[in-house]
Amino acid sequence: MDIFLQQIINGLVLGSMYALVALGYTMVYGIIGLINFAHGEVLMVGALTSWTIIGWMQEAMPGAPGWLILLVSLVIACVVAAALNFTIEKLAYRPLRNSPRLAPLITAIGMSILLQTLAMIIWKPNYKPFPNLLPSVPYEVAGAVITLTQIMILGMTAMSLAILMWLVNYTRLGRAMRATAENPRVAALMGVKPDLVISATFIIGAMLAAIAGIMWAANYGTVQHTMGFLPGLKAFTAAVFGGIGNLAGAVVGGIALGIIESLGAGYIGPLTGGVLGSHYSDIFAFIVLIIVLTLRPSGLLGERVADRA
Amino acid sequence: MKQKQIIVFLLAAAGLLILPIILQGFGNAWVRIADFALLYVLLALGLNIVVGYAGLLDLGYVAFFAIGAYMYGLLASPHLTENFAAIAAMFPDGLHLPIWLVIPASAGLAAFFGVLLGAPTLRLRGDYLAIVTLGFGEIIRVFMNNLDHPVNITNGPKGMGEIDSLSFFGVSFGKTLDVGGFELPSVTLYYYLFLVLVVFSVIISHRLQYSRVGRAWMAIREDEIAAKAMGINTRNLKLLAFGMGATFGGVAGAMFASFQGFISPESFALMESIMIVSMVVLGGIGHLPGVILGAVVLSALPEVLRYVAAPLQSMTGGRLDASILRQLLIALAMIAVMLLRPRGLWPSPEHGKSLPNVKA
Repeated sequence: MDIFLQQIINGLVLGSMYALVALGYTMVYGIIGLINFAHGEVLMVGALTSWTIIGWMQEAMPGAPGWLILLVSLVIACVVAAALNFTIEKLAYRPLRNSPRLAPLITAIGMSILLQTLAMIIWKPNYKPFPNLLPSVPYEVAGAVITLTQIMILGMTAMSLAILMWLVNYTRLGRAMRATAENPRVAALMGVKPDLVISATFIIGAMLAAIAGIMWAANYGTVQHTMGFLPGLKAFTAAVFGGIGNLAGAVVGGIALGIIESLGAGYIGPLTGGVLGSHYSDIFAFIVLIIVLTLRPSGLLGERVADRA
Repeated sequence: MKQKQIIVFLLAAAGLLILPIILQGFGNAWVRIADFALLYVLLALGLNIVVGYAGLLDLGYVAFFAIGAYMYGLLASPHLTENFAAIAAMFPDGLHLPIWLVIPASAGLAAFFGVLLGAPTLRLRGDYLAIVTLGFGEIIRVFMNNLDHPVNITNGPKGMGEIDSLSFFGVSFGKTLDVGGFELPSVTLYYYLFLVLVVFSVIISHRLQYSRVGRAWMAIREDEIAAKAMGINTRNLKLLAFGMGATFGGVAGAMFASFQGFISPESFALMESIMIVSMVVLGGIGHLPGVILGAVVLSALPEVLRYVAAPLQSMTGGRLDASILRQLLIALAMIAVMLLRPRGLWPSPEHGKSLPNVKA
């Protein structure tokens, strides 16, 4: 089995999930300049919602095909996550839009803790197995193994990205979003409704996060109320890595981060003669991030950084 | 007016001095809460230099706390002598260096790492800096978790135990002290030690704020380019801010290690960094009374809520765990405070203006 190719595939799968979440961060950041700390929790709520729906559906219609169940749960999870993120924005971020920059950061942290706690109350704190709904036959590609779930993740990511790119580049809403990101005040003068655009951004971000959450759950096979933390953190890193505020940057950053991590985890052991184990894979990303940012302070694809330090 | 201030000040001082004696009456657990509150005040004051004065958002501040704690742990516990024969041979009685050596070492190492982190991040601004500092915090934590092999330096996730208590001129803080028939338990002694440190830090912070350096930091915070144009050496001053902030963190870490007697990487998770940032922002960023208030509120709130949560728990028929309820209330408090007072509980009055009452 080809280890290199295998790690690249794993990295691509991991990275595409990061990319989906990173898009949510980067869109919100681009428009209102806020690090949405609660974004990882939206992912978690999406995953847990779909877990509940899948449980119900498997009980209600035992004969239903796996992909159908997955699709229905995906749609419902997206709706729930979107409603949630819309509400969060309205309650916790909108009233603070003209406050000092760090105030919404704290409400975001508060929201993150709140959602985690609520999820723990609703879904109980134990790890729950996420059912494997797709046939788990591994396919062999040039010596590496890829599962149907992984193919689905790559496919869903590609599809989501295509839709998002179309939305941002070719629709009225997308134009309004780009205009608001560029300059909210001028955009408002041109007839764009900033509140509407910001709400739309949060809704889209939440849907992407929910999709990523279900993929994450399907890939790792468990769901729990703290599951949003790590993907949230990594995706935020990915967004910064690619140049925060830049959509293409988020995708590139996410996939790059995924590949770096999986290659790092695969090779660090043998390369250092077993001295450094794969425990270090989590910080691999950060070390690369620091190096990249030292050389290119605005990320891989970032252009000028707005001066709001 | 001036006299009134002095009276308020004296009352506050007297209150702080007798507080542990009163709390002692309710049990040592209460004094411990006060101790931790003071420790967090120390941390928040340190972070305030970086975030509040210089405007550099640091989400990995706990790394310096951890570095200070581990430095103290290494130099004042049996860990090194147990694992390295050479060190055991050098110190046959075990490695118990005096605090006059250990605390400066902790502070110095933390400051060194602060500058080390600051150096590559000088060109970064705003949220890029936030993520790099966050990453730095995680890197430090992962290293502490994994440096038990190939050479056992940090003892990994098991942590280090049997760390010496502080002792000053023969007075050990780890034992109950008998002062003229009056018993002062270890926690109370630590309370006074932390209080002294906090007062000392407040004075340093206050002096810094109105000094040339402090004004330069604030200029950088408000507009880095303009500050540079005014002849401020932004590079050195940013490094200084990182180093200063880290020093506070390192000292607080050493205190934490000696107070707890045990440290493990678990105490230095990302959530701690986030809580310290929250304390600074919630209280009133860049404003010393606000920062202190924020630290006390956020560190003591969970403990106080324990007593509120218990009745609530019985009201809901025990369905909700007290610790869950606590977490819920903290989150709600954070959101509510920020919504009602976006500039913090006790914000600085003259934001964005030049300092009016400076007596040079």
